[in-house]
Amino acid sequence: MTNFPVQQIRADFPILAEKIRNKPLVYLDNAASCQKPNAVIDAISNFYRHDYANIHRGVHTLSVRATDKFEAAREKVKTFINAASSKEIIFVRGATEAVNLVAQTYGKANIQAGDEIIITAMEHHSNIVPWQMLCEQTGAVLKVAPMNVQGELLYPEFEALLNDKTRLVAVVHMSNALGTINPVKKMIDLAHSKGIPVMLDGAQAIPHMAVDVQALDCDFYVFSGHKLYGPSGIGVLYGKQALLEAMPPYQGGGDMIRTVTFEKSTYAGLPHKFEAGTPNIADVVGLGAAIDYLNNFGMDAIADYEAELLAYATEQAEQIKGLTIIGTAAEKGGILSFTLDHIHPHDIGTMLDSLGIAIRAGHHCAMPVMDFYGVPATARASFAMYNTMEEVDVLMGGIKGLIEAFG
Amino acid sequence: MFEDLRDLYQEVIFDHNRNPRNFRVIDHPDRKVEGFNPLCGDRLTLYLKMDGGTIQDASFQGSGCAISTASVSLMTEIIKGKTEAEAEALFKTFHDMTTGKGEDIQLEAVGKLAVLAGVREYPARVKCATLAWHTLDAALKNETQAISTE
Repeated sequence: MTNFPVQQIRADFPILAEKIRNKPLVYLDNAASCQKPNAVIDAISNFYRHDYANIHRGVHTLSVRATDKFEAAREKVKTFINAASSKEIIFVRGATEAVNLVAQTYGKANIQAGDEIIITAMEHHSNIVPWQMLCEQTGAVLKVAPMNVQGELLYPEFEALLNDKTRLVAVVHMSNALGTINPVKKMIDLAHSKGIPVMLDGAQAIPHMAVDVQALDCDFYVFSGHKLYGPSGIGVLYGKQALLEAMPPYQGGGDMIRTVTFEKSTYAGLPHKFEAGTPNIADVVGLGAAIDYLNNFGMDAIADYEAELLAYATEQAEQIKGLTIIGTAAEKGGILSFTLDHIHPHDIGTMLDSLGIAIRAGHHCAMPVMDFYGVPATARASFAMYNTMEEVDVLMGGIKGLIEAFG
Repeated sequence: MFEDLRDLYQEVIFDHNRNPRNFRVIDHPDRKVEGFNPLCGDRLTLYLKMDGGTIQDASFQGSGCAISTASVSLMTEIIKGKTEAEAEALFKTFHDMTTGKGEDIQLEAVGKLAVLAGVREYPARVKCATLAWHTLDAALKNETQAISTE
């Protein structure tokens, strides 16, 4: 056991003291969304109480103060993922909007009929559907790199898919349904050797490991704030500056322009070109507070602690007769997807809920993954830095109990 | 351990989940409709054999949670011998019972189906119980398109 200060962290998350159905909450649905520490809740409410005004607009004091806080958060994101410049940090609603932005700007400008886009068999719907829409619009073709039964990418098959028609690789960094962490550095280097840019869907990876976009050399990286202990409704698109500068705007409106006449408008520089309209100002500030909070502990320490949680949970789960773990990749983050013989995941979800345990039951917005395993759904326990070994024990006790109840 | 769930998971539900009734294909059915709940992935195919305006035989295939399996199993038992109008009326009563609209419903009116009344306290599970009945409704209206709860 490391000396990770999990009890101190738990005390910072007020919701963890809630009782659910008269039992202590055991929150294991972190892959869907994480809970928020006081630091984030307070940052947002204090911002509304003391600092709120629209940004990039007025000369009045509050507008200047709000703008400073908003842009300071951009700097925090830049440092957190080690981007080369804060101009490369675009605030969007979430990872989904970021993928759509890349598809509809970079994609439309650079991808034509007959071109190919590569994804993997373990993508979330948010990294499938935007590309299907682009393919419908352009006549491009979506290619899917397969995986093995452990949920690991078949690297040689991925390599074989890359050809002179490939215009983009869009791949999940860590799978939300399986926990698989893809060998993204190797994939990026390979794609780049053929002149193909790479977008990483980092929605699951970002709260669980240190991400350095310059070391990875990815061209785009997308993530959501709400999975990073920050507020919902805010997310980030990172893009290399040269690519972002060459891309057309996504939406038109205020804040993204330099000059407007009825004949023609010229666009603002980065990052504002992609931030039309009044943004989600307070939640950007909240995201900045989440990053400050995480920096108290360090992403490497968080990753190490969560690896211990997953190892313990996996070991316990393997002891349970009739339990099958879905997703057993060698490189895996804190996600335990499983099925039980003859017990549907929704029944598992309802029964565990009656014990105060929150898990996800369903297809996890990854229907092709469910099809691959031939199951309609799985139950999924997903861990965060505030979960404990004792909570794993409560989960396993609940699973054993419900197997008995079903007979 | 699961005392709080006694109203939802009654022994009858476990029984029908373990041993679903009428879990078979009807050859040359008069009605065949697929029901799908995209939220949880439950899928079922309902088969009806009609005799004039009366349901002579009913069966199903598919997979789902205990609530949806028990619901469709119980439904196939109870609708046999009912006229279309009687089955439609039962659908309405069942729907009101499970969505909590029919506080004053006489549970005797639904017979064995009363074991599913507990889902009204679990909004996330109501569609598990009603999928079978929406599928039946489509079958009685002679629709052949697959129906979806969403």
